[in-house]
Amino acid sequence: MRFVDEFRSADKAHALAAKIAGLCEPGRQYKLMEVCGGHTHTIYKHGLEDYLPEQITLVHGPGCPVCVIPMGRVDDAMALASQPDTIMTSFGDMMRVPGSQGSFFDAKAQGTDIRMVYSPLDSLKIARQNPDKRVVFMAIGFETTTPSTAMTVLRAAAEGLDNFSIFCNHVTIIPAIKAILDSPDLRLDGFIGPGHVSTVIGCRPYEFIARDYGKPVVVAGFEPLDILQSIYMLMVQLSEGRSEVENQYTRVVPWDGNLAALTVINKVLELRPYFEWRGLGFISHSAMRVRPEYAKYDAELLFEVPGVRVADPKACQCGEVLKGVLKPWECKVFGTACTPETPIGTCMVSPEGACAAYYNFGRMNRRRVVEVSIS
Amino acid sequence: MCLGIPGEVIEFLPDQPDLARVDVSGVRRVINVGLLDDDPPKPGEWVLIHVGFALSKIDEAEAAAALQFLEGIGQAYADELEALQASQIE
Repeated sequence: MRFVDEFRSADKAHALAAKIAGLCEPGRQYKLMEVCGGHTHTIYKHGLEDYLPEQITLVHGPGCPVCVIPMGRVDDAMALASQPDTIMTSFGDMMRVPGSQGSFFDAKAQGTDIRMVYSPLDSLKIARQNPDKRVVFMAIGFETTTPSTAMTVLRAAAEGLDNFSIFCNHVTIIPAIKAILDSPDLRLDGFIGPGHVSTVIGCRPYEFIARDYGKPVVVAGFEPLDILQSIYMLMVQLSEGRSEVENQYTRVVPWDGNLAALTVINKVLELRPYFEWRGLGFISHSAMRVRPEYAKYDAELLFEVPGVRVADPKACQCGEVLKGVLKPWECKVFGTACTPETPIGTCMVSPEGACAAYYNFGRMNRRRVVEVSIS
Repeated sequence: MCLGIPGEVIEFLPDQPDLARVDVSGVRRVINVGLLDDDPPKPGEWVLIHVGFALSKIDEAEAAAALQFLEGIGQAYADELEALQASQIE
């Protein structure tokens, strides 16, 4: 327990909060984006915004891989799953994500063979056990899960397993951050960089944010004090007029990332020219596909994939939430038509989605709460 | 899926050196440690596991903190642990 107390002490949190407040220039508003859904979760669970001065707003970014999968890809996956003699395998997180014809759970209830797996390697095992079936793994995630998919393909190749393939939906975080920086909707002052993704890609890929956009980046851990410490580090940079990439999470994230993981990704996968993100639209070079050398493991080549584009439901404002333009509770259907039990948008599906985090912890806009208590 | 779960390395599988048995909150499961080839963990050391693959080595203090964080998450961690228990990597 003594270990954990180091990351949780309320005294330390208040001391950090006071130092952060002391760095705010009078009259200046600060918008800091936490890119990763895990950070969003910590922020709302521990009410970290309540520690911060009113001048600092935390904006939630697009770092929830389940949230950014567009409806069309879910429909494509469903089309694959409904092919004869086919078993679709998927992480549990993906099972409730709605496509235009319902979710994986809905399809499974109607008899489609869709199985939940913990690891792509479990999917490989299902392929070994079912040589007369074609087993497709619904590959999703940022760089945290991409190396696992790539390693699994290499393993299938080494075993000569011919009935295993992946439907690749891996996305890359950097182009999404760039799209947000280039978007005219939002002016940000700095970024709390993702922790687990950076374990793989390291800190260097963020350097363009500091260099070309003049915004500081601090890669952060997941404990409440990690996040407050990172905000403090961002505020020190801003007060000194610096913009650099710093690593607060050195106990896990090496500056250069995991070279073995990057090598494996690069061996099996390559960048797509473009990919659609839910709410953000098409972003250049923002996702991965299987390299031609491993084409026999690419479900998009083995099966007829409809490739339809489905517009998000009109009422759903996940796009604005993913870009940080809207707070979750500002969405028209938040908490009414759209809840974790019956999600309309993806941000309400994943526990790391900003909407689900808000909903589960009952956090509302701070200013509104203040107004209510005054009146 | 996005959760990094700390596990203590118990042993390597004799015939498959890229697989190791780890202890995660009392659950013993096999994971792949091939992505740590540059600096492989030893039995007794801790790793952070994502979807069945160790992505980084961590110390015991970080493992305890990560575990506490996960336990605080509630259902999502319960689901992930349940999925891990069902996992049969070999």
